[in-house]
Amino acid sequence: MLKEYRTVGSISGPLLLVESVTEAKYGHIVEIELPDGSLRRGQILEVDRDKLLIQVFEGTNGIDIPSSCIRILGRGVELALAPEILGRVFGGLGTPRDDGPAIIAQRWADINGSPINPYARDYPNEFIQTGISTIDGLNPLVRGQKLPIFSGSGLPHNRLAVQLARQATVLGSGEAFAVVFAAMGITFDEAQLFINDLTDTGAIERAVMFINLADDPAIERIATPRAALTAAEYLAFEQDMHVLVILSDMTNYCEALRQIAASRKEVPGRRGYPGYLYTDLATIYERAGRIKGKAGSITMVPILTMPEDDKTHPIPDLTGYITEGQILLSRSLERRGIAPPVDVLPSLSRLKDKGIGPDKTREDHADLYNQLYAAYARGKDAQELAAVLGEATLSDMDRAYVAFADAFEHRYISQGDYENRTIEQTLNLGWDLLTTLPKTELKRIRDEYLDKYLPEAQKRTKTA
Amino acid sequence: MSKQSDQQGRIVKVSGPLVVAENMSGTRMYDVVRVSAQKLVGEIIELKGDLAWIQVYEETGGIGPGEPVYITGRPLGVELGPGLIESIYDGIQRPLDELYEAGGEYIGRGASLPGLDREKKWRFELAENLPKEVSAGQIIGQVQESVSVIQKIMIPPGVQGKLKGLSAGDYTVTDTIGKVETANGAVDLKLMQIWPVRQPRPYLRRLSPAEPLLTGQRVIDMLFPITKGGTACVPGPFGSGKTVVQHQLAKWVDTDVVVYVGCGERGNEMTDVLMEFPELKDPRSGEPLMKRSVLIANTSNMPVAAREASVYTGITIAEYFRDMGYSVALMADSTSRWAEAMREISARLEEMPAEEGYPAYLAARIASFYERAGRAVCLSGKTQEAREGTLSVIGAVSPPGGDLSDSVVQATLRVAKVFWSLEANLAARRHFPAIDWLRSYSLYRDSLQDWFTQNVAEELTEMIATTNRLLEEESQLQEIVRLVGAEALSPNEQLTLETSRSIREDFLHQNAFHDVDTHTSMKKQYLMLSAILHFHERGLMAIKRGADINTIISLPLRETIARAKYIEEKQIDQIEELVKKIDTELDKLSGAEEQATAAAAEQNTSDAQND
Repeated sequence: MLKEYRTVGSISGPLLLVESVTEAKYGHIVEIELPDGSLRRGQILEVDRDKLLIQVFEGTNGIDIPSSCIRILGRGVELALAPEILGRVFGGLGTPRDDGPAIIAQRWADINGSPINPYARDYPNEFIQTGISTIDGLNPLVRGQKLPIFSGSGLPHNRLAVQLARQATVLGSGEAFAVVFAAMGITFDEAQLFINDLTDTGAIERAVMFINLADDPAIERIATPRAALTAAEYLAFEQDMHVLVILSDMTNYCEALRQIAASRKEVPGRRGYPGYLYTDLATIYERAGRIKGKAGSITMVPILTMPEDDKTHPIPDLTGYITEGQILLSRSLERRGIAPPVDVLPSLSRLKDKGIGPDKTREDHADLYNQLYAAYARGKDAQELAAVLGEATLSDMDRAYVAFADAFEHRYISQGDYENRTIEQTLNLGWDLLTTLPKTELKRIRDEYLDKYLPEAQKRTKTA
Repeated sequence: MSKQSDQQGRIVKVSGPLVVAENMSGTRMYDVVRVSAQKLVGEIIELKGDLAWIQVYEETGGIGPGEPVYITGRPLGVELGPGLIESIYDGIQRPLDELYEAGGEYIGRGASLPGLDREKKWRFELAENLPKEVSAGQIIGQVQESVSVIQKIMIPPGVQGKLKGLSAGDYTVTDTIGKVETANGAVDLKLMQIWPVRQPRPYLRRLSPAEPLLTGQRVIDMLFPITKGGTACVPGPFGSGKTVVQHQLAKWVDTDVVVYVGCGERGNEMTDVLMEFPELKDPRSGEPLMKRSVLIANTSNMPVAAREASVYTGITIAEYFRDMGYSVALMADSTSRWAEAMREISARLEEMPAEEGYPAYLAARIASFYERAGRAVCLSGKTQEAREGTLSVIGAVSPPGGDLSDSVVQATLRVAKVFWSLEANLAARRHFPAIDWLRSYSLYRDSLQDWFTQNVAEELTEMIATTNRLLEEESQLQEIVRLVGAEALSPNEQLTLETSRSIREDFLHQNAFHDVDTHTSMKKQYLMLSAILHFHERGLMAIKRGADINTIISLPLRETIARAKYIEEKQIDQIEELVKKIDTELDKLSGAEEQATAAAAEQNTSDAQND
């Protein structure tokens, strides 16, 4: 029988202070019984002699001081794991939210996980074909990578994420694939977009969802991504599956974290977020990866909406320091009807060089994307110049670059939600676009590749 | 000395990585303790009455009041001896490879594996002409630790007396290899010595750095060089290539030993280093880079307090190799994470915060860390020739939003002598390394002038001055172009624009992932730059003689100059020939028939004008 305490001393925001407690351990979970008999769960944030500080996941409304009863369960927050979690929908704390039965656990796992030993990691180097040119061609995603989408309110990040989940395949492999989706504080409609799309494509059978909607308790969001990643780790490293984890929206997660920090009266860091936001985010993002000797992998695509599209806001900023690159969405491209509106220049995949090349995609891939980037960047510069001084003042070369940038946006970036391009198509499209520039401008590409891949028409104009 | 080793403390409070324990009187600041029955490693960071505040280097979930705290009576130390090279450690010197073998892919808690292998026997060879009286720093023998590094076995600091019974042989690091009879009794000598991480290892005296630390990175070696024994700061927003710069330096710096500290960064990056270093060859020795490297990995998801310790662990190991008379380079990526760990602990101690929540002692800690770098005359006993060791420190800084007014950047800039400013807009253009040529600086430039003149070329100093001038002019000319368009520029100015573009794209831009371009020797750097500058000089002359600027800048020869970076080191005479070709091609433009006389005449007039 667990000891019961009716010694709540104070309640403030999501926090509960309990007194005269013995045998409490940091990080353990407690059960709170309300006067009406309903149960809430909370986690111990601090133990100071006989005083406990508890964060209540489901919120503190209705909890009173004299009659609420606290039981310490003597373990951390745990998730029931079994192969049957596939195809199921859970709440933010990992309890079933659909009509299905409770999971009969093969084992229980602490949702906080443990850090992966860097020595045990296997380097992510298997190219994932997403069918999206701006990703495959310019910012290739590899298995075990964490690549966030930096978006803004009103931008179609969810459609891009759905497209990724639908199209992502590893070339020449028919291995088991699963999608884990964690919704943190997003609206019902947004969550439904995922669920419907996964249902339409039949992928729902291979998906696990952890849903905490906008009207669900905010503090529960602290546990949601951790529960999702615990499920992902189980599927990847015990069931040998390749798991794509989509976390949406990390901004809501960080706000929940800030709420707790504020209630604890901690010294705030930038914009009121706690000083340990970086470390906290790292304990989520760093759970992606591959492990030596394990067949599965965890690839992570966190989505976050940047407040006011500001990349230097603490959430995108700290995320960018942990993740291996970022895909940025552009409002200006979106307005011009270019979808998906991936802002190519500030987007980056840090692991691209390991995932591409002769046996993975094609030998010319690296040189080609370098050249496309450089040319597009110069084209954008020239466009800006033309906007100030008028088109007439541009040199012939600059005009060629402006034309290139236009074509690049309309043919390469723009492709729509349902066009699934192979990597060959993406690479050839890149070469095709480069033919509008003189060969002497293609400095970033090795001669041998120019000879081999540059379309014929271009080679003849060499001395132009 | 710990007077009662059976004394035990008792936990009264747990808050994240901070634990408070009572019954701790008699313990000292920065002593190591083991917390709870799981024996988590912790360090005392505050004492009040019989209460001690302990930062715990491991996850504290499941720990609660009433559990014991075991006192060791020793400060946090690292084991220094054979076996360091090729190791990968966490922040408190636990070998990650052995942890993996013992405990699996996740890092468990309470593991206590020693930093150095206790089983392995090393062949110890005696030094020649050993004196009878020895003192700290005296080299008494050596161990071939890896093909690239010979570890010198030294008398530990603080030991002085008569050397007794030292003999060569095969020893483990804990075997006694000999004794020193000191005034206070005999001290056993071992291959291993333990040194507290927060205390700099002693040396005889400091010297000013005099030699460059060559990196094979053109923008660094030519424009913003660092010295052996120097310090550099690499701040930049995410995605600007800090880590690639650090990796490139760890690969190509011309030091004997490299210590790489991955402090609070990505796990996959450490894996990258781990996989790549055994494959890559040191250009000097031809041996794998791993054979001269020590890695310390405390990734961002590993416990935060150990992150705080990791930079100290790293620098103590680096100092130990410096003491042997080696040149050592330490890369810390990223010192911001170290500062954040300090901030987190400070907040839990409820200390009064200074800027951005960082503790008030932030700047002092950063300064004293960088000051452990330097060129020093090592302790070497009384009879030996003085030997010199150098320790260079290159710290990456990750300022929030790339904002250089960040406290960590500012505190670092006050002590580091070299500033490589990484810029997001250069990175967005894929100009790598994204080191801004206008904003960065190196305060070692002047002190290295002699070295460059003697070892590379007489005119190098002048060439670099010209390069800087051209880049500065370019930024001004670009302003004009932005306002009134390119045709408002004179032919000379147009050529300046073109040349500086060539300097940027063909010289400063360097592809870390290209087999040839990743590393450039000083000789090749010099030749590449002189080709570009020579073209500029001859181009100006040709313009003066009436050649058309557009013809000059569209010469196919310029493409050859641009591709010089891909010419392999063994064929660099091709670049020398290129310089000659520039002469003939540009002379052709301004009328071949009168070339000889005209060129001579022009030369004279331009010289006259310059006077």
